[in-house]
Amino acid sequence: MTEQTSSANFVNIGERTNVTGSAKFKKLIMAGDYAAAVDIARQQVENGAQIVDVNMDEGLLDSQAAMEQFLKLITAEPDISRVPVMIDSSKWSVIEAGLKCVSGKPIVNSISMKEGEEPFLEHARKCMAYGAAAVVMAFDEVGQADTCARKVEICERAYKLLVGIGFPPEDIIFDPNVFAVATGIEEHNNYGVDFIEAVKEIKLRCPHVHFSGGLSNLSFSFRGNEPVRRAMHSVFLYHAIPAGLDMAIVNAGQLDVYDTIDPVLRTACEDVILNRDPDAGERLVQLAESYRGTDAATEKAAEEWRGWTVTKRIEHALVKGIDTYVVDDTEEARLAIRDRGGRPIEVIEGPLMDGMNVVGDLFGSGKMFLPQVVKSARVMKKAVAHLFPYIEAEKDPNAKGKGRIIMATVKGDVHDIGKNIVGVVMQCNGFEVIDLGVMVPWTTILQAANENDADMIGLSGLITPSLDEMVTVANEMQRAGMTMPLLIGGATTSKVHTALRIEPEYKGPVVHVLDASRAVGVATALLSETQRDPFVAGVADEYDKIRVARANKGQSALVPLADARANGFVIDEALKPAAPVQPGVHVFEDWDLADLREYIDWTPFFRAWELAGNYPAILDDAVVGESARNLYADAQTMLDQIIAEKWLTARGVAGLWPCRRDGDDVVVDLGHGEETRLPMLRQQIAKREGRANMCLADFISPDGDWIGGFAVTGGQGIDVHLARFKAEHDDYQDILLKALADRFAEAFAERLHQHVRTTLWGYATGEQLTNEALIKEQYRGIRPAPGYPACPDHSLKPILFDMLKATDATGITLTEHFAMLPTAAVSGFYFGHPQSEYFGVARVGRDQLEDYAGRRGVDLDTAERWLRPNLD
Amino acid sequence: MTFPVSEAETALRAAAKDRILIFDGGYGTSIQGYGLKEEDYRGTLDLDHDQKGNNDLLCLTRPDVVKAIHTAYLDNGADMIETNTFSSTRIALSDYGCEHLVRELNLAAARLARECCTAAEAKDGRRRFVAGSIGPTNKTLSLSPQVNDPGFREIDFDTLKAQYREQCDALIEGGVDFILVETCFDTLNAKAAGMAAREAEEAAGRSVPLMLSFTITDMSGRNLSGHTITAFWYTLRHLKPLTIGVNCAFGADLLRPYLTELSKSADTLILAYPNAGLPNELGQYDELPEKTASLIAEWQREGLVNMVGGCCGTTPAHIGATARALADLPPRIVPEIPVVTRLAGLEPMVIGA
Repeated sequence: MTEQTSSANFVNIGERTNVTGSAKFKKLIMAGDYAAAVDIARQQVENGAQIVDVNMDEGLLDSQAAMEQFLKLITAEPDISRVPVMIDSSKWSVIEAGLKCVSGKPIVNSISMKEGEEPFLEHARKCMAYGAAAVVMAFDEVGQADTCARKVEICERAYKLLVGIGFPPEDIIFDPNVFAVATGIEEHNNYGVDFIEAVKEIKLRCPHVHFSGGLSNLSFSFRGNEPVRRAMHSVFLYHAIPAGLDMAIVNAGQLDVYDTIDPVLRTACEDVILNRDPDAGERLVQLAESYRGTDAATEKAAEEWRGWTVTKRIEHALVKGIDTYVVDDTEEARLAIRDRGGRPIEVIEGPLMDGMNVVGDLFGSGKMFLPQVVKSARVMKKAVAHLFPYIEAEKDPNAKGKGRIIMATVKGDVHDIGKNIVGVVMQCNGFEVIDLGVMVPWTTILQAANENDADMIGLSGLITPSLDEMVTVANEMQRAGMTMPLLIGGATTSKVHTALRIEPEYKGPVVHVLDASRAVGVATALLSETQRDPFVAGVADEYDKIRVARANKGQSALVPLADARANGFVIDEALKPAAPVQPGVHVFEDWDLADLREYIDWTPFFRAWELAGNYPAILDDAVVGESARNLYADAQTMLDQIIAEKWLTARGVAGLWPCRRDGDDVVVDLGHGEETRLPMLRQQIAKREGRANMCLADFISPDGDWIGGFAVTGGQGIDVHLARFKAEHDDYQDILLKALADRFAEAFAERLHQHVRTTLWGYATGEQLTNEALIKEQYRGIRPAPGYPACPDHSLKPILFDMLKATDATGITLTEHFAMLPTAAVSGFYFGHPQSEYFGVARVGRDQLEDYAGRRGVDLDTAERWLRPNLD
Repeated sequence: MTFPVSEAETALRAAAKDRILIFDGGYGTSIQGYGLKEEDYRGTLDLDHDQKGNNDLLCLTRPDVVKAIHTAYLDNGADMIETNTFSSTRIALSDYGCEHLVRELNLAAARLARECCTAAEAKDGRRRFVAGSIGPTNKTLSLSPQVNDPGFREIDFDTLKAQYREQCDALIEGGVDFILVETCFDTLNAKAAGMAAREAEEAAGRSVPLMLSFTITDMSGRNLSGHTITAFWYTLRHLKPLTIGVNCAFGADLLRPYLTELSKSADTLILAYPNAGLPNELGQYDELPEKTASLIAEWQREGLVNMVGGCCGTTPAHIGATARALADLPPRIVPEIPVVTRLAGLEPMVIGA
């Protein structure tokens, strides 16, 4: 039948995925073997089915669930789902459930007037709403149409009703009922002719409609005699197609070419179907016996690829996503490799990876698309699962697993194909992969890494916002004090972005992994005692070079300092804060710890303990909640003790001085004719129209203004207690106390800033903010600290300390690298202008470096050392 | 049930006969330019989650920002703007713990956009239109997120449809002229959204035509659920959309072949809004406005579109340049197509008469 099936106007509908028509399919579905059932659908499409009919009407089956499950499964098989689906059921509820699972435009099979016009039109409206064509059975309240006249009458009535509600006529497919012939019952003899004649007539009366029919009914009398059934179907189509039949539910792989049918059989079939004489049926029945069992030979051809070499078979299975034989083929490959003295892992490293590389190439060149690659990954997993026990058995029982990697597609991204492939490949190579899935927030990633004692983290993303999210993850890993390697992969990621944006955020190793095939090499090197250090150093060096090259190339992205200054932020002079109520320097020898306790921001405390989550929600967190609650309780106990027994002393100093802006410097008048210059840095990144190149000096008026400074510590007195814990080998209390001292310092900075705003400076006397609002900085003014983004040069700290006489006042000292001791300390400047805000200076140019060195009165080398993080 | 053709639809169709209409551009890029902080997003709302990046929330907390962007597009020649509600379904907002704000947010967004259009109309007397933006959400009906269980789905059709419906109801109540289901990475999601929009229209008792926009997720030119653009069109043609088209994915040059394909088979208006080229290695779009405009103008050599705008990386300057570049070019002529049966799997299928 190939000449006719290839005609553009005749459509083969695959019928093997029908529990009522295929015993094999029914058996598989009843047994729950959906993988094999899906293969039947694939075979049909491979054999030429242009639409796949799915029917799950079986009394012992939950038809709706089976329909949904099967349709969802074939959706994941692009070789099948490329063609439309026909949702076939006698139950409307099953059809509607099916409509909710099909992503293209399907055909509903079927609706009819069997139960009257109302249900018929209701179902038709649903078809319109879901966007489906419909098979309309020639069936009315009286029954199924058998004669030509009845078929025409019912179909024409249905047509008028449908067109009347706006149903597109081209989406109507009439099934005028194919009935069995050669049954020995005389009334049945004309059924073939009735069908063909009715199609001709309806086509004339109902423009644009199509016709379909279930061919297997026709040959019902010859069950078990496939050669005869096939001949009958071919002959029937040969005559019905010219009449107007344009689709038929057939076993697409089993249609004979009309011309090649044995002429004797063909004529006998023709006599029956066209009802040429009353004895035709009997003749065919007698002739049929001689054809029984002549089948079989033709079956094999379709599976030609099964005869290829095992390597080619594995590649074919991976590319096509066929998992039917992959276990057998993998086993064959394993035995072959074993026989030549190889190891099971070589099956993965050889044929399987080669096949996946072909998949990767095809995908990369747009010849395969995402769902297909997922399928390939699945086949790969099956193969690997088979090999796993062999690989395990071979392992040295004393050897530790190769390593554990946490993998995730970052928050905001749903793409995980690449990640899954990498995961599979890693598992294949003996790594333990903990896959967190897609849309994973950084909190979950860090938490999983900690809880599972992971050796590394792999991040994936396909869309561009994922790049920023990866930077966030790296940044949070740094904040959490992690050191494990971070691998970056996915379509939009690049070595350049990794080098420029991600690596600088995290001190641990950061490696961009180009594709799955490199992941294993990278991970292996990172976990190798001998290779790790040289590898990490090599990558870091490479990224450093990229940054340098990029910086030189990207110089144009910076505007000259003069232009940046011209585009500085202009404050509204009218909003300038009034002079402080209490100017000068104020020392706080011993701030009440009980007061500070109310100002503690607990979220960073938990983060310090590598418990990810925000306070107070973290206390109820499903995973870390219990640990968080215990820790919090211990912290409260220790806080009580600290306060009651006065373990710590909170010492601080704040100063408020008149000042003025001079270019990018703030000139502070310390009284007694003494002036100090605070040179500030200005953003030089090219800005979008309307955005200023900010500098902290911009927040100060050149015509006279005020500025403040502060230094606080929560850690005075800590050493004696730390020593005590050390002596008791109590690390827990040791860390707890350090963490709490840090919190006291931060709380003191917050509290003192508030005191300055409401009392000392007094520009916000009416301010009433909750601790939560304070943590969110919902107040007027800022307190940038030297060494932080708005004021990145740590070397301003000694100047600030001199202004405040901070060491005398608080006992805080500075190291030669400007670090504060005790570590639980905070210092910074106060800006009171309501338009002042935090920003990052980011990259600055050579011109500013030279200018800054001049303003600071230091040589270029020194300035360069101080500003290195901000230089190209 | 069908309602009388809306005044907006009549006006839009009339204008589309004369010229290529201008749609707005990206919002993300403009919003980023404001450098908003978490507290800007949060405003005075009492919310648990970190709200930074919850752009839709700005309709409530920083309406000034949203209005400024709408106005910038209208001032640069946009005939139609979309509401800032791409992620304002319950399911997408729940990422930010804002699921209780669906109605309030969509209502506010629709009213903001309408207000800006009214102001622009008062300035120059030219009719402006509001499209209620509906994104695909973060869930997919066609794909399993679990590689080992391809039959698994994170959400079902009815649940997702109900969420789209909730958003449509509020957008329509807020006064949008059209519903724009955009960035359709999953065709079944789009089907659910379209059905929800139709039901919302029915409930509201007024015609609110649908606009549908496909997006391409890989180099084979398909969306994430694997459909080609024609398969997408055939699948959704029953919704009788006012416009069909493509957004996001690529720049105007790479979108052209898909528009050529669609233009032949779509017997309705075509709206396309590309990105400002492809992102560079740092994920930024650096295609200049004039470049984008000239690439879009290139489409009109073949007469491919009726309305154009911009997606990721585009700014009011891009829209302004595009409007100028297209001002004198004729619009696409909507073809008449034969009555044939159009079905679709991942690929389209036609059964001739």
